[in-house]
Amino acid sequence: MAKTLPLTTNSGDSPQAVEHPKLSVHGLSKSFVYQGNPLTVLDDVDIELKANEFICLVGASGCGKSTLLKIIAGLMSPTTGEVRVEGEAVEGPGSDRGMVFQSYSLFPWLTVAKNVEFGLKLQGFSKAERRERIAYYLDVVGLSRFANALPKQLSGGMKQRAAIARALANEPEVMLMDEPFGALDAQTKEQLQQFMQEVWERTHMTILMVTHDVEEAIFLSHRVYIMDAHPGRIRENLHIPLPEHRELDIKIMPQFLELKRYITNQLGH
Amino acid sequence: MTEFSSKAPEPTTPDEERSPNQGNIAAPINKQPTKKRLRLRPSTFWSVRRGIPTWLKIVMPIIGIGIPLIIWSILSYGGFVKDIFLPAPTRVISTGIELFTEDELIKDIFASASRVLGGFALAGLVSIPIGLLMGTFESIASLLNPFVSAVRYMPVAAFVPLIVIWAGIDETAKYLIVFLGIVLYNIAMIVDAVRAIPDELLNAAYTLGSNRFVLLSKVIFPAALPSIMNTMRVNIAGAWNFLILAELIAAEQGLGFRIIRSQRYLQTDRVLFCILIIGIIGLLTDFLLKQLGMFLTPWYEQGER
Repeated sequence: MAKTLPLTTNSGDSPQAVEHPKLSVHGLSKSFVYQGNPLTVLDDVDIELKANEFICLVGASGCGKSTLLKIIAGLMSPTTGEVRVEGEAVEGPGSDRGMVFQSYSLFPWLTVAKNVEFGLKLQGFSKAERRERIAYYLDVVGLSRFANALPKQLSGGMKQRAAIARALANEPEVMLMDEPFGALDAQTKEQLQQFMQEVWERTHMTILMVTHDVEEAIFLSHRVYIMDAHPGRIRENLHIPLPEHRELDIKIMPQFLELKRYITNQLGH
Repeated sequence: MTEFSSKAPEPTTPDEERSPNQGNIAAPINKQPTKKRLRLRPSTFWSVRRGIPTWLKIVMPIIGIGIPLIIWSILSYGGFVKDIFLPAPTRVISTGIELFTEDELIKDIFASASRVLGGFALAGLVSIPIGLLMGTFESIASLLNPFVSAVRYMPVAAFVPLIVIWAGIDETAKYLIVFLGIVLYNIAMIVDAVRAIPDELLNAAYTLGSNRFVLLSKVIFPAALPSIMNTMRVNIAGAWNFLILAELIAAEQGLGFRIIRSQRYLQTDRVLFCILIIGIIGLLTDFLLKQLGMFLTPWYEQGER
């Protein structure tokens, strides 16, 4: 698959004649055998992401949302169903689906810049191109000054920003985020939510994020998939009718609170 | 000595006689406020994982070495034990100086050290790739596990006659014994180290586009390197054990050879001095390997991964 990787993502214009969704999941199920009994974790899940969408998957803990994300990333195989990236079925992991994990998955032996460079080297970029991209994405996440720092020298929030830069720099078709702010304290979490909003405005990356934090989901996404648990199913595909550019204070607006109440009710159902 | 200071409970006191201002304090639900509280008194000496003051750090090793030395001195100078069984400390030292100046002990040290290092390096070269492969691929682990686990429980000493038949009694045999002695322990420990690498590190590599070779060489190897260095540090001590075993069979030089020969002539002072030398070399190699580890993996901090 020949892929062009422009430094600035084209946000508005549609690049292809036949328009495939960036990411689609069809009839996906996953069951395990747990203590001799079959256990269905995901049941007939369908989701679709268009280019440049920021989508959150919310669900109670244990609803299988992280499993779903792992299957999409190719880190786990589904029992039935398939995952398509730009219309092409994928099995196994690949650089087209970048991922940010909850705990810090930075390579501790590499500096921040070298961590970002890891995927770029694999994709065969020249040294000059790599340098340019590292500089650009470290600037996007505000870590330019820490290019040569080791992960152990960074705070939790900075580590997560570096991990996001690493995933972004590869310019994947879709970026998957598995509760990326779940391990952070409340203040850092809000900062990073704001930061993620800015990152999206700058890169228009197609993002699928898993979270159990309803507020976070509404604040960041254009659409929210609400999941049921036991077995994990998509309960609702909810459009978030908020303006594209959002500031943190939107969280106390009536419309926001209304959405929050609605989703929370759905989850507790 | 207990670390818990317990406020003595007074279970016999009737309820009414307890402190008069009881009503002001929020009364416990079960009305049994004389419950024994478990409180830990701070302690310098018995502090758990908290470090100790510098003076204690200096005093403790002195006591640790001093007490055995005093007992040794009393036993030998006091004439409680015969010279032939336990020569006096000064005798051991003067014999040692003699060994260096008149008996070319340095040659034996060199011979032994090169056997240890040779066998040890060979074991490293073999065990690191095998350990990485076994830790990474279930299939390779299944292939080699029956062999590795079974042979690990067979004492190397039992193989010595076989090694002599195969390799003769020259230097090769000695390298081989040291090698065989530690290679399987190395492998087992490296396999564990690889398995302890968090999944998320591997998953991150996958989603950045790694293939299996990149995963192994660029992620699993560096991630396991601190543990590999620790394994080496632990197992070089074993290498010295097996060296002495190797030098039991027809060696013409080496510390083990010296020890055996001195034992034959009941030169206990020489035996003791050679053991002392091995200990010192051991400490030195341990220190050097630790430094090498810190040089190779400066990013590593205990408990980080």
